[in-house]
Amino acid sequence: MIQQLIFILVALGALGYGAWQFGKIRRNILLGKDEKIGGHLGQRWRNVLLVAFGQQKMFTNWVAGVFHLFIYTAFLITVVELIEIFIDGIFGVHRFFAPSLGGVYTVIISFVEVLSLLAFVATFIFLARRNLLKLPRFHKAEMKGWPFLDANLILLFELLLIVSVFSMNGADTLLQQINPSHYHDTGNLAVSSWMGPMLFSGLKEGSLHIIERFGWWLHILMVFVFLNYLPKSKHLHIIIAFPNTYFARLTPRGQMENMPEVTRTVQSFFNPEAGEVAMDEEIPTFGVKDIFHLSWKNLLDAYTCTECGRCTASCPANLTGKKLSPRKIMMDIRDRMEEVGHKLDSKDSQYIREDLRGEGVSLSKENFSDGKSLFDHISPEELNACTTCNACVEACPVLINPMEPILKMRRYEILTESKGPADWMPMFSSIENGGSPWQMSIGRDQWIQDAK
Amino acid sequence: MAEWAAEGKQPEILFWVGCAGSYDDRAQKVTVALCKILDAVGMSFGVLGTEETCTGDPARRAGNDFLFQMMAFQNIQVLNGYEVKKIVTACPHCFNTLKNEYPEYGGHYEVIHHTQLLQQLINEGKLKLEGGGTFKGKKITYHDSCYLGRVNGVYEAPRSVLEALDAELVEMKRCRTNGLCCGAGGSQMFKEDEPGKQRINEARAEEALETGATIIAANCPFCLTMMTDGVKAKDKQEEVMVYDLVELIVQNKGL
Repeated sequence: MIQQLIFILVALGALGYGAWQFGKIRRNILLGKDEKIGGHLGQRWRNVLLVAFGQQKMFTNWVAGVFHLFIYTAFLITVVELIEIFIDGIFGVHRFFAPSLGGVYTVIISFVEVLSLLAFVATFIFLARRNLLKLPRFHKAEMKGWPFLDANLILLFELLLIVSVFSMNGADTLLQQINPSHYHDTGNLAVSSWMGPMLFSGLKEGSLHIIERFGWWLHILMVFVFLNYLPKSKHLHIIIAFPNTYFARLTPRGQMENMPEVTRTVQSFFNPEAGEVAMDEEIPTFGVKDIFHLSWKNLLDAYTCTECGRCTASCPANLTGKKLSPRKIMMDIRDRMEEVGHKLDSKDSQYIREDLRGEGVSLSKENFSDGKSLFDHISPEELNACTTCNACVEACPVLINPMEPILKMRRYEILTESKGPADWMPMFSSIENGGSPWQMSIGRDQWIQDAK
Repeated sequence: MAEWAAEGKQPEILFWVGCAGSYDDRAQKVTVALCKILDAVGMSFGVLGTEETCTGDPARRAGNDFLFQMMAFQNIQVLNGYEVKKIVTACPHCFNTLKNEYPEYGGHYEVIHHTQLLQQLINEGKLKLEGGGTFKGKKITYHDSCYLGRVNGVYEAPRSVLEALDAELVEMKRCRTNGLCCGAGGSQMFKEDEPGKQRINEARAEEALETGATIIAANCPFCLTMMTDGVKAKDKQEEVMVYDLVELIVQNKGL
């Protein structure tokens, strides 16, 4: 009875706090610009099935792909197993499905065990890759400190989760022979039927019972810990990767997003009768200065990023020692979202834009101003190094587009601030005045004469 | 095109020469080479000449969408004025902008890159290459340009053209979807590199040289410049040549 009560309280607490945290993430994503993304359902679901469920793009690096698949499938199947854990926890029963499912139960739990064992091996390999082999992409400048610790914590949590499965099932296997009325026959489970006796044979019923309960509680507690750790961690991708692949852009890669406010102005040049652009409007911010100007999809991208660094490892600028790292761009956007989110939560009126402050005005995303922006995280030097080669876009296993915010921030630099690399200014004026990025004194058709 | 229009005729295809193809000494050779091929197969084509201007790609990638859209509307007026249906270009940046970005502003054309046209001509038997010719058994490596390859997914057309040359195609360690940029895209062509350890074109030239190929084949005027400079920086310009695919065909045909 006490166990049931504790379980229900812990579960409610963990789920409630989790829901509250996920609410914050949703709120932060919606700080971005509204944008309708829909249609082409077939292609969208194809992306979800192939890229998210099917892990298609993970296999461009097949070693990482295979080991990641072990952990991923173990995670998926654990979700199924949780149904029983919840029923057992709430109603104080033991292995609720074992008697009714019989052989099917043996197969399902054996599946969980085999995958957990494979995931155990994979987790060790991933720990070694990060800490012993020191793959360069895991040790770039942006990975120092919390991101590095975060990655190791996740792997450590995973080990604990798997240990709990085997102590729970291993002890259970032995208890079934001692007290079959409570410990239902699960059949011969693939791993614990030999691992249980190997680890725990000779122990008394009392000790076995403690080990079994320890495993059960550790398992569910680690699940709750994970749930509440995710919103603070790069590991959030295990959930957000799914919607992110669904909402991924389906327009051609080579098509940059239009700026309708620019189109209106340009059209008025070509067709003056069509109507003047109203000049009394507030001058809009062209391009992106802060998260509020990014699309919510860009912000979803940032929360999806699990910092694997495949983008950065394929970036020509980063490979040749430039400061730009596409992964850092995504991490910076997330950091800025968190920063703004916390400030909004504080409801502190010092974050209300000065000219909008007054009696009864409360802080909101519309009047927010803390004197900072994405440019406090991302420097022009980084933005200007991008060759727009799309290698980062191609590399991302969860269809994040790190290039899009880079180019949107360039637009802010050039169009709003009128700043940018000094070499680009003469290029712009040559295009504008001579129709070519180079200033030329000969005609565009001179080559025809030369060829004759 | 003005001359075609004056006679009330339409050529089969418009050749969009591009700024590099018009002004850059090296790229001009590619332009002329493509004209020779079109003449050789008897495909009628027109050029816009002085009526053509930059597509606006470098402005757009640099962040100047205002200038890009100005160029786009201007070019679309001209193209639509001549009722252009089909365009070939020897520059993957022009190719991408005309194909993927102009439709949004009212410019709808069938746009192909010259390597795709070459593949078509070879497949249709209109362009016959001399087997066992100049390139038989020579090692050629192919550099994927970002805007033809990764951005527009064209990987096989240029390779099949190289195969038709009877050459030995050797791939670099990064190729196709994984190909390394030459360093010129995103308007980098028109500015100095940001501070770093190495120039991107030199890194890519190293990869090309590692294959042991004596010819580096490209499909983009900017890649052509960058790779040539990269090979020079490694002091290999005597042994290794950088060519556009269409130049290789002209050499093979002895045009």
